[in-house]
Amino acid sequence: MNEAEIKERVARFLEEHDPAGDRLEFLRARFDAGLAWVWFPEGLGGLGAHRELQQVVERELADTPQINGGKQGIGLGMAAPTILAFGTEEQKRRFLRPLWTGEEIWCQLFSEPGAGSDLATLGTRAVRDGDEWVVDGQKVWTSGAHHARWGILVTRTDPDVPKHRGMTYFVCDMQAPGVEVRPLRQITGEAEFNEVFLTGVRLSDDLRLGEVGDGWRVAQTTLMNERVAIGGGPSRRGGGVMATVLNAWREHPELRTNDLHQRLLSLWVEAEVTRLSGARLREQLVAGHPGPEGSGMKLSFARLNQALSGFDVEFHRDLGYDDWTFRRSEDVDFFGRGPGYRYLRAKGNSIEGGTSEILRNIIAERVLGLPSEPRVDKDVPWKDLPR
Amino acid sequence: MTLLYSEVEEELRASVRALLADRCPPAAVLKRVESEPTDLDLWKTLAGEIGVAGLLIPEELGGAGAGAGEAGVVLEELGRAVAPVPFLTSAVLATRALLPTRDALLGELAEGRRTAALAVSFAASPYRPGRGSSVRAEGGRLSGTVTGVAGADVADVLLVPVDGDLYAVEGVAAEVVPSLDLTRPVATVTLDRAEGRRVGACDLAATLRFGAALLASEQLGVAEWCLETTLAYVKERHQFARPIGSFQAIKHRLADLWLDVVRARAAARNAVADPSAVSVAVAQAWNAGVAVRAAEEALQLHGGIGMTWEHPVHLYLKRAKSAEIALGTPGDHREALASLADVPGPEGGEQ
Ligand SMILES: Cc1cc2nc3c(=O)[nH]c(=O)nc-3n(C[C@H](O)[C@H](O)[C@H](O)COP(=O)(O)OP(=O)(O)OC[C@H]3O[C@@H](n4cnc5c(N)ncnc54)[C@H](O)[C@@H]3O)c2cc1C
Repeated sequence: MNEAEIKERVARFLEEHDPAGDRLEFLRARFDAGLAWVWFPEGLGGLGAHRELQQVVERELADTPQINGGKQGIGLGMAAPTILAFGTEEQKRRFLRPLWTGEEIWCQLFSEPGAGSDLATLGTRAVRDGDEWVVDGQKVWTSGAHHARWGILVTRTDPDVPKHRGMTYFVCDMQAPGVEVRPLRQITGEAEFNEVFLTGVRLSDDLRLGEVGDGWRVAQTTLMNERVAIGGGPSRRGGGVMATVLNAWREHPELRTNDLHQRLLSLWVEAEVTRLSGARLREQLVAGHPGPEGSGMKLSFARLNQALSGFDVEFHRDLGYDDWTFRRSEDVDFFGRGPGYRYLRAKGNSIEGGTSEILRNIIAERVLGLPSEPRVDKDVPWKDLPR
Repeated sequence: MTLLYSEVEEELRASVRALLADRCPPAAVLKRVESEPTDLDLWKTLAGEIGVAGLLIPEELGGAGAGAGEAGVVLEELGRAVAPVPFLTSAVLATRALLPTRDALLGELAEGRRTAALAVSFAASPYRPGRGSSVRAEGGRLSGTVTGVAGADVADVLLVPVDGDLYAVEGVAAEVVPSLDLTRPVATVTLDRAEGRRVGACDLAATLRFGAALLASEQLGVAEWCLETTLAYVKERHQFARPIGSFQAIKHRLADLWLDVVRARAAARNAVADPSAVSVAVAQAWNAGVAVRAAEEALQLHGGIGMTWEHPVHLYLKRAKSAEIALGTPGDHREALASLADVPGPEGGEQ
């Protein structure tokens, strides 16, 4: 399929579906027409086309109802590629459509109080009981769990084998009895992430993604996609946070200084070369199989966002803050709020989705082939690990 | 527009790399740099057999009619080998200056029978093309000096730009001065009522901008060699009973360097795919620094051996540091971006 054919399809779709009509109806129809994510298979919201062609669709449909990329981020960027790679046909049909339209929001139940960077050490237990699994444990830093219908969940199913081997991956029903979501207030004042307590939660076996004991491999797919999703970055020159900074810079000549000018130009160059390598990486991606190189994009994205948002606060010389009210955030409102909020929220960019230190380890070991540090945890059964 | 390499480019890369591996290993470069730095035999093979000298020259003028992408790939390989050949100076800069004139000299350059150099300081930039030159034309005769000219010592023809015109001058001695970059020596060219043949008009700023676009590919090659060589070394060198490459302090530095190089590759490919003023300024502002950083990290992570004349890393450091100045410093290119990208300085606002 090429650009002209895609355009032709979009045109035909628009003839049959009125963008001014019901929003949800329109989005469902868009999914059914294969124009949701064109690189997905036919029948699952895609056309089996090249990923790059998605940009054409987005351009052509720019003035029609849009999905909420912020609120649906975990579903779109992490759950969907994992379901596509490991789900059964039935799971794909059940989950992908409402995931894309935003009728069902997803969250990610990975981190635990005792397992962050070392995710594979996690201890939330899932025990088989006939056709069901009974889950007990605690997850933490779960973004958007308060909106979520479903969660992607990694559990420990075999404590007697080394940690990487005894995990199993599930889709967690967030409405099941025993799931309790409690807000955690963040440095921005709001509560975007949560702690999630799972007590005797019963999940039927058809909510399992991948084989029993294969959870680590499934989780890797999620994590690699997460890094590309977070670090994918703007595709437009001077886009993203840079656009916000540049607008302010152009509107307020009275606030400019020589020092800030030098620093802004350096950041502009860095943002541009980062954008270009993101574009280059996207060209290399064959239909949704990002390699460890995606970690590099996430690393540069975090650095740039933090540098730019810090710059923005300094530039404005504003000692205020827009709003400290404790509230449940709807999504990550990066652009709707002030420089102070952006500065604080961007601090999370080098922690969420793998810390920058862990990403450097991944690049060093998996891209550059450098030897790992001596390890004490690899061959020890999970239950015997020091904690 | 693509930022990836084409198959044709990869084939060209393979043949250049194979030739350089055979004829231009670092030890061979090191051996000749103090006596006769430029390897004209190697240049003959590159120009004649692989045909790199005519890449940018259209077929009807005797060249290969390829594009900046192919020339960029050749420069990546030449950078990786710090190969002392006049490709950038003759086949890119001088050729680009000559192209609009369609002068017959192009055919000779394409075949590699003759070599040219643009009589412009290598420290000139698209923003200050006249830096380092005092040449004037009077009745077809040229007088003045140009300092820091790269490739002049081995050029058969000097192309001298004066006030928007380009003159071909032959038989002028270039005085080589000790150069920071041993593998690309610079010379002072002195013209004293030298006879010049006017070959046509010359947009010097555009020529230098094109050279700067391609220099970014050479800088990428330099950085890649430094990164790869350092990676190989830290995997093999043991201290404290482990490879030094297993220490996180070293791994993280190399991960950061890799990320810089990844972005340098994107910037270099963008500059050859679209050699616009913005793309070139971005590529130079970024890649010049990355090449220097890669060479400096390489030296540091090699320890004492990195400080020796015997180890080739200094050739890369010297190339990188000189290339950082060549055709505009990173600061010059960033300054240019202020207007190119509409990021005006304080002087643009109310004080
Ligand atoms: C805003 C935000 C949203 C999040 N959303 C979610 C979510 O939706 N779902 C979810 O599951 N998780 C989420 N997380 C959790 C996130 O993935 C973890 O915080 C992260 O993986 C780090 O784990 P930790 O907090 O336990 O820190 P630790 O792992 O304890 O790390 C502490 C420090 O030690 C460093 N460190 C640890 N190990 C190493 C090592 N081997 N080498 C060098 N340095 C090391 C780390 O880099 C860090 O600086 C979110 C986090 C944030 C900040």
